[in-house]
Amino acid sequence: MKIPELLHPEAIFVNLDAADSTAVITELGNRLLKLGAVKEGFVEATLAREASMPTGLPLMGEFNAALPHVDIEYVNRPALALATLTRPVIFKNMVNPDEDVPVSLVIMLALDQPKSQVEMLQEIAGLLQQPDVIDKLMRADEPAQVLQILEGLATPT
Amino acid sequence: MAQEKVVLVACGTAIATSTVVAKAIEERCKAEGIPVRTRQCKAAEVPVLARDADLIVTTTPVPKDLGVPVVQGLAFLTGIGKDAVLDEIVEKLRG
Repeated sequence: MKIPELLHPEAIFVNLDAADSTAVITELGNRLLKLGAVKEGFVEATLAREASMPTGLPLMGEFNAALPHVDIEYVNRPALALATLTRPVIFKNMVNPDEDVPVSLVIMLALDQPKSQVEMLQEIAGLLQQPDVIDKLMRADEPAQVLQILEGLATPT
Repeated sequence: MAQEKVVLVACGTAIATSTVVAKAIEERCKAEGIPVRTRQCKAAEVPVLARDADLIVTTTPVPKDLGVPVVQGLAFLTGIGKDAVLDEIVEKLRG
């Protein structure tokens, strides 16, 4: 299981009440900065990237996700940050930047080498394709529960 | 020996989504016996790299008038319509 290896409990926010996508990205990014995983400028770069190349993903179930991330130059070491939101905030659709996607699950990716994190990325894609797992994540009350759910994830086919 | 097909896989940063998409395409092509080479790139690089590609699969908007078929790859992340997209890719590479 690769996701839990890169997801520090302090980088998990459950039931975050955020005003908008900027607030979520800022909160997650600042936490990764504090944990030393990313450099100064990561938050600003991620916000800029999201504005020009959005990461909102409409999913199969009730909840949609977003995967904010940015170029490797801002990353010290690979890490993830995750937030479940009390109410959805708008991200734009990855393939149609004019379309709004109300997002409840945000997974921030700080990656330094694309090809070495294939398994972890596949796990994330697999997670996004399991609405029942996303439902469980949305109902979690604390970071430890989130990690437990992610550790129990089946390997995607 | 069939000629190797080149698939350009584009996303915003060429780091995350294109990695997942490229892997999924490689696995399906291997299963179908289609020799393929995937190349990950950023959306901005597509117009230049397109000339050496047989197919473009992208999770970010790219120009459609490049003379190379473009398939939208969001299904590889969301799972919605993934099989249909893989079928479409195989069909386009075979054609």
